[in-house]
Amino acid sequence: MFTRLLNWVDDRFPLTDTFERHLSKYPAPIGQNFWYLAGVLLIVVLVIQLISGIWLLMNYVATTEDAFASIQYIMRDVDYGWIIRYMHTTGSSMFFLLIYLHMFRGLLYGSYQKPRELLWVLGWLTYIILVAEGFTGYVLPWGQMSFWAAQVILSLIGSIPIFGEELLTWIRGDYLISGITLNRLFAFHVVLLPLALIAVVFVHIVALHEVGSNNPEGIDIKKHLDEDGVPLDSVPFFPYDVVKDLFAIGIFLIIFCFIIFFFPDGGGYLIEYINYEEANNLKTPDHIVPAWYYTPYYAMLRAITFPIGPLTAKFLGFVVMGGAMVIIAFVPWLDKSPVKSIRYKGLFSKLALFILVLSFIVLGYLGMVTPNPLRTALAQVFTATYFLYFILMPFYTKYEKCKVVPERIKI
Amino acid sequence: MKFLTLILAFMSLQLFSAEGGPCGHFLSEDGLEEGKCEEFKADHTDKESLQKGAQIFMNYCYGCHSLKYGRYNRVARDLGIPEDLFQENLMFGDQKMGDLMSIGMDQSEAKDWFGVAPPDLTLETALRGTDWVYTYLISFYEDETRPLGVNNKVYQNVAMPNVLRDIQGLQVSTCKQVPKLAANGGLSQDPLSGEVITEEQCGFLQIEQEGEMTAEEFKESMKNLTNFLSYMSDPIKEERKYIGKFVILYLLIFTVLSYLLYREFKKDVH
Repeated sequence: MFTRLLNWVDDRFPLTDTFERHLSKYPAPIGQNFWYLAGVLLIVVLVIQLISGIWLLMNYVATTEDAFASIQYIMRDVDYGWIIRYMHTTGSSMFFLLIYLHMFRGLLYGSYQKPRELLWVLGWLTYIILVAEGFTGYVLPWGQMSFWAAQVILSLIGSIPIFGEELLTWIRGDYLISGITLNRLFAFHVVLLPLALIAVVFVHIVALHEVGSNNPEGIDIKKHLDEDGVPLDSVPFFPYDVVKDLFAIGIFLIIFCFIIFFFPDGGGYLIEYINYEEANNLKTPDHIVPAWYYTPYYAMLRAITFPIGPLTAKFLGFVVMGGAMVIIAFVPWLDKSPVKSIRYKGLFSKLALFILVLSFIVLGYLGMVTPNPLRTALAQVFTATYFLYFILMPFYTKYEKCKVVPERIKI
Repeated sequence: MKFLTLILAFMSLQLFSAEGGPCGHFLSEDGLEEGKCEEFKADHTDKESLQKGAQIFMNYCYGCHSLKYGRYNRVARDLGIPEDLFQENLMFGDQKMGDLMSIGMDQSEAKDWFGVAPPDLTLETALRGTDWVYTYLISFYEDETRPLGVNNKVYQNVAMPNVLRDIQGLQVSTCKQVPKLAANGGLSQDPLSGEVITEEQCGFLQIEQEGEMTAEEFKESMKNLTNFLSYMSDPIKEERKYIGKFVILYLLIFTVLSYLLYREFKKDVH
């Protein structure tokens, strides 16, 4: 009976074929470690965000009069609305945490090198969409930080020379942040950006399954195949990697639920305390800080304190901030190393990656605190080192001495 | 070497120093720290404290401050107050049990009277923390330079009148002799007599004339009030933690089972 049904479907849709291609016969390299779990966890978080988002949407009101109150309505009057909301707020931070780990893994093991350049660029695109998704979502609760963060970030557009102000008014839909702006960001957050995100993530996975997964050794497993054409150093994704992922998801959900049920504010990092006050356009908060996952870029924005010619410092900061995000996409063509993994790269690559991570963390801290001369100077230094990682990459990867990569993965 | 350490120390000070304490000009009892709040940790399981806090709030604060995101019947249920008693003693006017706890005061009129409209307090402790709210409540003092004759150590030149004066009594800001600190951080002593040298320091709060409550009773009831406000900002807290235990337990079992499954499959991989 079941076989007949399956045959019926298979004649009309490649069901068995798809299952085999992407799961039961997809060759997953052996020896993949902790860093390879972020990908599957990102899918889990994406699903959490989509589902909790839909339920939030059932009760959220996108008007300046009612947005703030509707959040409290969800938290107090909607049955288990608080779980849904905390899932969404915790999920957004987890999304960024995991995508940073995922990107770091890519840099660590050279997962962007040929033939995975497009895979990397698609992944980068999901990150950029996620940045926009996070920003638009942050405005919706219409708290003080929502309003003023939107004010600061959108005003950057106004710093563009010549047509900046007109562009800003056009994007904002008003002469200041208002209900019209809120409605736009709302439409982007719940329709445009999630659609784009799902589409790009789908293509990202299709591309991954075309070129195959990398491994910590950076060894091309397709060089050594068995008589059926299956890589020797691989296991079928289903069930082997699925059971591993299930275990990882279990651990992740323990952490995730621990935050939701016992620590939902995350000490003011997951839900900023200032956002417990309704947006007030006449009252500027003492410190305007974006969510933690944007603070490295915010520090770069503030690090540019000097104008160059007719270009204002604010505009240059905006360019540097945007450039810091865009430059990531070019890594596949900046890395000239003959080897993929950091395990076989030379000292300079290791040092450079260490400096990049250090810069990102220090900038993240500096973006959270109020600036003073020393902090601004440090932000300038680490902005420079952040960019140097990318700009110098073609040189240090080319002229360093690499180790010989073995033919096969040993575990 | 010493010079380097000094530079490092200075830099770390610049890097990590916070800007003043959150509690304005509030002075600790020993006079050593300004701006540090008194500590108060909320306990939402203490129903008696919450009930007393609710009583204070409804009698002294609710005329001007709303709790407009909460509902009467939710408060009655969570605090274990029978609805008829709640309606009789804690509600005024013709509001219904299922209503939001908003107030009748006109916002623009309130602004005319006080200069600012009294804020809604549902989320006040979430916004400022329980330590701040508690310290603020005990920090009103007489100050003739202010239009309403009263000022606050935590929130300088606050527009709010001291509505708690009846129960607190008259609190003033005074000066007293405190031990002088030596350069090494210890107490400085007179080299001849060995006595501790003192100096005058101002800004201490002192109750000059007791109100309906003693100083201790007043502090206790402000703790209850803060506790109640903390409950209002996060009414689900206790239930959340209760459900959370079962969720974590379930996930632990799930994770252990999935680990065993993973270990079993791992044996196949050589």
